[in-house]
Amino acid sequence: MSSGMSGGTSTGPATPPREQQRKMQSTGEVRAIVQRLAGGFLPPLVALASAAVVGDLLILSFGEAPSTVFRLLVEGTWGNAYGIGQVLYKATTLACTGLAFALASRAGLFNIGAEGQLAAGGFGAALLGTLLPAGTPGLIAVPLCLLAAMLVGAGVGAVPGALRAKFGASEVIVTIMLNFIVLAFLNWIVSSKLRVPETLHTLPVVAGMVPRLADSFAAFRGSAANFTIVFAVLAAVVSWWYLFRTRSGYELRAVGLQPDAAEYGGVRVPRVMLVTMCLSGALAGLGGMNFVLGYKGYYEEGFAGGAGFLGIAVGLVGRNHPFGILGAALLFGTLSQGGLAVNAIVPKQLTDILTAVVILAVAVAVPEVQKQLRAAAANVTAAFYRDARNDVS
Amino acid sequence: MTMFASNASAIRMTGVVKAFGAVVANRDAFLDVAPGEIHALVGENGAGKSTLMRVLAGMYAPDAGTVQVNSKNVTGWKTQDAIAAGVGMVHQHFMLVPTLTVAENVILGMEPRKGMQVDLHRAVIEVESLCRKSGLHVDAKAKVADLSVGEAQRVEILKALYRGAKILILDEPTAVLSPPEVRDLWTVLRALKADGGTVVLITHKLDEVIAVSDTITVMRGGMTISRFATEGTTPRDIARAMVGRDVQLHLDAQSSADGVSTAAAVATPTPTPTVTPVLRVTDVSVMSDRGTRAVNDLSFEIRPGEILGIAGVEGNGQTELLEAIAGLRAMQSGSVQLSSQDFGTRSVRERADLGLSHIPEDRQRRGLILDYSIADNLVLGRQQHFGSFGALDTARIAINAVEQVRRFDIRPAMPSLPARALSGGNQQKIVIAREMGREFSVLLAAQPTRGVDVGAIEFIHAQLRLARNAGKGILLVSADLPEVLALSDRIAVMYGGRFVTVLPAAQCTAEQLGSYMTGAAV
Repeated sequence: MSSGMSGGTSTGPATPPREQQRKMQSTGEVRAIVQRLAGGFLPPLVALASAAVVGDLLILSFGEAPSTVFRLLVEGTWGNAYGIGQVLYKATTLACTGLAFALASRAGLFNIGAEGQLAAGGFGAALLGTLLPAGTPGLIAVPLCLLAAMLVGAGVGAVPGALRAKFGASEVIVTIMLNFIVLAFLNWIVSSKLRVPETLHTLPVVAGMVPRLADSFAAFRGSAANFTIVFAVLAAVVSWWYLFRTRSGYELRAVGLQPDAAEYGGVRVPRVMLVTMCLSGALAGLGGMNFVLGYKGYYEEGFAGGAGFLGIAVGLVGRNHPFGILGAALLFGTLSQGGLAVNAIVPKQLTDILTAVVILAVAVAVPEVQKQLRAAAANVTAAFYRDARNDVS
Repeated sequence: MTMFASNASAIRMTGVVKAFGAVVANRDAFLDVAPGEIHALVGENGAGKSTLMRVLAGMYAPDAGTVQVNSKNVTGWKTQDAIAAGVGMVHQHFMLVPTLTVAENVILGMEPRKGMQVDLHRAVIEVESLCRKSGLHVDAKAKVADLSVGEAQRVEILKALYRGAKILILDEPTAVLSPPEVRDLWTVLRALKADGGTVVLITHKLDEVIAVSDTITVMRGGMTISRFATEGTTPRDIARAMVGRDVQLHLDAQSSADGVSTAAAVATPTPTPTVTPVLRVTDVSVMSDRGTRAVNDLSFEIRPGEILGIAGVEGNGQTELLEAIAGLRAMQSGSVQLSSQDFGTRSVRERADLGLSHIPEDRQRRGLILDYSIADNLVLGRQQHFGSFGALDTARIAINAVEQVRRFDIRPAMPSLPARALSGGNQQKIVIAREMGREFSVLLAAQPTRGVDVGAIEFIHAQLRLARNAGKGILLVSADLPEVLALSDRIAVMYGGRFVTVLPAAQCTAEQLGSYMTGAAV
C-alpha cells in the first residue's frame, strides 16, 4: 500500500506523520475559523429571534397581527429614505457610545459614563461653535468643534481613568456617579448662564455645522441624518486599527485579559488604564456632534436621552468589536425609530421592550458577556472591600 | 498497608483517587488519623495534600476510594454533612466578611435569634466565651478589616469551633503568620487536643511538623509515601521521604562528595577575579504583599556561563527576589546590576532591553496571555521591537512565530492558535522560546518545569544547559530539589529571605539541602 493512498482512509502507521500532521492542522484551523464565526454571529441572531418571539406575543396580546406590525416597523425604518435617514441618525450616536464602551471594555474597564461624556462632548462642541466667528469656513470650524467634543469627552473620561490608575478606585462606581455630576453641572451652567430665554438650550452655533445628508442626497429630506455618520464610521475603522494593529492596542487588550501578564510584558498598566478611559470618553464625546452640530445646532438639556447607556448594550451585542458595533448600532437605531413607526396601532414602548429582550438574550447567551458583567461586579466588590480595609489602616 | 494499625480512627481514608481532567491530584492516597492527635500532612507543592483534605471536608467527591470519619463511611459527602459531623476546614485563603465584626463573622449562617432579629448581644457573649475556652484571643466586637492576618486566622478557627468542629483541618496555617503568631497557634492547637479534638495540619515546613505533631503522613506525587510517629523522627527523615530517594539518580557524577563535607568549609567560593559577574545583586531587601520583609539584605553574583540554583521551601522570598530583579516589585534597598549597568528604577521594558530574560513562576497568570495567539504571545515584552511608529508589523510577528515554533518544537505548530488551547508543556515552551530565543545575557528561570510533562522537562533542561554553555548567567529557582541539583553549578538555599548557605553543586546532596531548607541546620 502506498503511503499516499492510505492517508484518506485510516490513520494507520503507513501514513507519513508529516502529512497527517498537516491535515490535522488544516482541519483544526478550519474548525477554529468556523467556531469563531459562529461564536460571533450566532448570539446576536439568537437574540434577535428571541426578541421576535417576545414581540409576537406582545403584539398578539394587543389584538393585532404580528405580521402587520412588523411590516409597519420595516416600512417605517428601512422602507423609505426618510426612515433610513432617521435610523442612520440614531445609529450614529449609538455607534460612538458603543465604541466608547467597547474600547474601555477591551482594557478590562467598565465605562458606564458614556452618558455624561456624550453630553459633555456635545456641550463642548456647542460652546466652541457659538464662540467661533460667524465667517469661519466649515473646513476649519467643523474639525475644531469635533476636536472640542472629543477633548471634553476625554476630559470627563480622564477622571475615572486617573482615579483607577492612581488609587484603584472602581471605574464602575466613579463613572456612574460622574454621570450625575456632569449632567447636573451642564444643566446648571446652561440654565444659569448660557441658555436662550424661555428655552433649555444654548445659543445656536454660528459656524461649524455638519451638513445634512439631505444636502447631498435629496431623498433624505426631513431626516436628521448628517455627515457625522462618516466620523462615526471612521472612528470604528480607526478603533479597529488601534486595537488590533498597533502596539498600544496590543498592550490595551493585554491589560484587559491579564493585567499581571501585561505588567510582566513591560506594559505600564495604570497608564494604559488612564489613556484608555480618555480615548473612551473622546469617542463618546464625538457622539455629541451628531445632535449638536449635525441636527439642532445647539446644546439642549437632556439631548443624550439615554444614548450613552444604550451604548453599553450596543457594545455587548457588537461583541466589543468595532465593526460588530456598527451593526449593533444599526439594529438598536432601527428598533428605536421603529417604535415611532408602529405607534399608530401598538404603543411605541413595544420596541423598548424588544430592545431590552435583545440585551437580556445577549447577556444570557454569550458567555463572554456574562464573564464581563461578573468581572465588573467583582471589581466593584473588591473596591468596597479595599476601601473598608483602607479606612481603618 | 500495614502501617495503619489503629482500630478506631477519627479519620480513615483509603485508596483515594481524584483527577481533574488529565491532572491526577490524588492516586491511591491513604490517611489514618487517631482521635485526639495532631496529625501533620506534609509534602511538596502539588503533592496532593490540599486535594485530599478537600475530599475529606466534602468539597470534592473522590473518583475512587473510601472516606471514613469516626468509623462511619462518609465517602462522597457534602460540605454541610461534614460540618454537621464536626469536620471543619480552615482554608489558606480566609473567607471572612471584612466589614462585619468578629462575632458577626463567627455566627454567620447560624445566628442566635431573638424573635425575628439576630441576637447580636448573645452572639458577642457566646463568641467571647468560645474565645476564653479555646484560648483564641480576639476582640469579638472588632471589625475583621481591622485584624492582623494572625487574628483573622483565629476567627476562621473560631468559626469552625462555633459550628461544633471536633476534627479541625488547617491548610498551611502558618504560611501567613509571623513567628510569635505561629507559637500562639501551636498553643491553641495543643489546647484543642487536650480538649479531645483532632487536628490535621497541612504544611511543608518541617520544623513545624516536628514542633507540634504527634504523627506524620508524607505525600508525594498524589500518593501517600509513608507515615511516621513524630517522636524519634528527624527533619532529615521527613525531607528524604518528601523528596524521594531517587534524587540520587539526578546527581550523576556530582554526588562524589556524598554529603560528608561541612557547610562552613565550603562557603561561597571566591569568584575568579578576572571574570566580571553578569548579574550582581547587592544588599537587596524586598517587602512581600503582606508588608513583611520577604528578602533580607541579600547579596550574590552570577558569572557568565553559570547557573546559580536557589533551593528552598516556597514562600521564603524567592518570588519577591525575582520580581524585584525583573522590575515588577519595588526594592526597599540595595541595587541590582546587569553587566555593570545599574538597574536602579529602570522599567521592566528597559531591563529586558538590557539583556534580562525572565521565565516567570506562574506562566498562566504572568507568562502568557492565554487568549492571545501563540504568535502574539511570542512577542510579549518585545512588542516594541515588532513594528514602527506604534504600528505592529504583523508579517514580522508571523515570521518570528513560524521560526520559534519550529526551533522550540511547540505543538500544535499553529501560530494562530490561542495559548489556552495548548498543553502545559507546550505553553511553557512558548515562554521558553520567547525568553531564550533572543539575545539575552541573564535569565531568571522560576519553576521552569512546573506542571510540565517529562519530555518537555528534558527539553527545557537541555535549553538551560545550552544557554549556560553559551556564556549566559542563569538564576534558577525551583521547588524541585532534583532539578536544582541536576542543573546548577552553585546552589544557594534560601530561608526566611536570606541565603542560609551557598555551596558548589558538586558538594551537595538532597538530604543536606533538605535540612538547610527547613532552617534546621543554620
